[in-house]
Amino acid sequence: MLRIEGLTAGYGDKIVLRGVDLRAEPGHVTCVMGRNGAGKTTLLRSIMGQTRRHAGIIHLNATPLHDLPAHEVPRHGIGYVPQGRRLFGPLSVAENLEIGLMVRAHDPATRERVLTLFPRLRERLDQPAGTLSGGEQQMLALARALCLEPAVLLLDEPTEGLQPSMIRLIRDSVTTLKAAGVAIVLVEQRVEAVLSIADTVVFMAQGQIAETLPAAGLTPDAEPFRRHIGI
Amino acid sequence: MGTGPLLLLATLEGTVMAAVLALAAVGLSLTFGVMRVVNVAHGEFYMLGAVLAWAVAQAVPSAPLGFVAALLIAPPLVAALAWVTDTTLLKRLNYDPESTIVATIGLSYLLQQGALSFFGPDARPVAAPFSLRLQFPWFGYSGYKLFVVLAALLVLGAVWLFLRRSKAGLVMRATQVDRNTARAFGINVDRVYAGTFALGAGLAALAAVLVVPISQAHYLMGHDPLLLSFIVVIIGGLGSLRGTLIAALIIGLADGILSMLYPPTLAKIVATLAVALVLVFRPQGLFGAPAR
Repeated sequence: MLRIEGLTAGYGDKIVLRGVDLRAEPGHVTCVMGRNGAGKTTLLRSIMGQTRRHAGIIHLNATPLHDLPAHEVPRHGIGYVPQGRRLFGPLSVAENLEIGLMVRAHDPATRERVLTLFPRLRERLDQPAGTLSGGEQQMLALARALCLEPAVLLLDEPTEGLQPSMIRLIRDSVTTLKAAGVAIVLVEQRVEAVLSIADTVVFMAQGQIAETLPAAGLTPDAEPFRRHIGI
Repeated sequence: MGTGPLLLLATLEGTVMAAVLALAAVGLSLTFGVMRVVNVAHGEFYMLGAVLAWAVAQAVPSAPLGFVAALLIAPPLVAALAWVTDTTLLKRLNYDPESTIVATIGLSYLLQQGALSFFGPDARPVAAPFSLRLQFPWFGYSGYKLFVVLAALLVLGAVWLFLRRSKAGLVMRATQVDRNTARAFGINVDRVYAGTFALGAGLAALAAVLVVPISQAHYLMGHDPLLLSFIVVIIGGLGSLRGTLIAALIIGLADGILSMLYPPTLAKIVATLAVALVLVFRPQGLFGAPAR
């Protein structure tokens, strides 16, 4: 289980997150919602060790992640699909996957499992990642993170700018991972997408957790959505 | 000598210059491409390679063995110094582009004055490992110079293979694209940067060891290679290996041929014009990616 308590973090001296508490449990999807600038992306980047932590702790089971250098965090089972995909564009699809597999000591079985999940990537292995379509790039970003065989997967707006068929594919992949026991933290702005896969919805405002609710009781026009994301 | 043989001689001289220049410039290009650091001390790493080659050759009695020892010892020593420089200086500046330019200017001064203090102001010769002379119908030509071209081609081929086929090369290319995302996949970016800086300096030193039997070691010899390396990477495109090689060939051949047929100043004017034209019409260089 990923456990965050009292996390205050930001960039340099600028504080973005203020005393954030969050839990992500195995086989459980925690959706983080909030307006632009609420601190959602900073929260994921802080888990990955890419911000400056001022206070608080981040634990994966008994392992403290908060003192580790950023490159050590994925070695403990945290996979990350950043906003905007951030693929290694000039590198081929195969090389992008290879980068993901390095943490797993290039396990061929892992590579095979990931390519079975996204068969379209198998047809494009030699193609530069930057020349893929938007949906294929998102598949690759997810596939690359899955090469780490993560215990916790952080997804930052994975459906942004995608057509409905691709959104369904990404949603189905997340459902499969959830069933496999992966703890998922999903930053997402689309209410329907959240309600279709979330177990818990966490609303953020001004760098703090404003409200945490079980997804089961929420409808698309529920008051918390209006209050925290303005729809 | 007729125009044809003169042109052949000029082409040979230009090719030797292009080979050495490509080796020196590829290090500068790698350092900028991966780390976004403009290493103003690159010419002094080149100089240090030559001066250390002389020092090592002095300690070994026979000429071929002295050169081989210099080839094996000087580039790794310079690479090690660069590694230490990266971890104690550039890393502490967080690889900030402006700060690292100032820091490497200071470093170049330190290295230059250090070489002057330890090795003196005289030009130091290193004997070539062999003295083969190729006899053409019109002139004789140093076999060692052609060896330099061959050696440079082999080393550049090895660098290309390293970048394209090895795991370390893949890690370097990924870091070049996006260092934060590289970290998110377990890549120790600090180590990649130190290795890249060491590799770049080591390649400059290797170029110098190869060239020192032709041009002698001297504490001020780093200026021209630095300037020409910058010209090559500006024309070829910062961070592009292919661009560096092609630009080195253009500059080397232009310099060799023009210097032989016309006053040497003309070659410098042509190089300067080429840089100006590239900066105006294609600022990212012939093979460089546009700035993001």
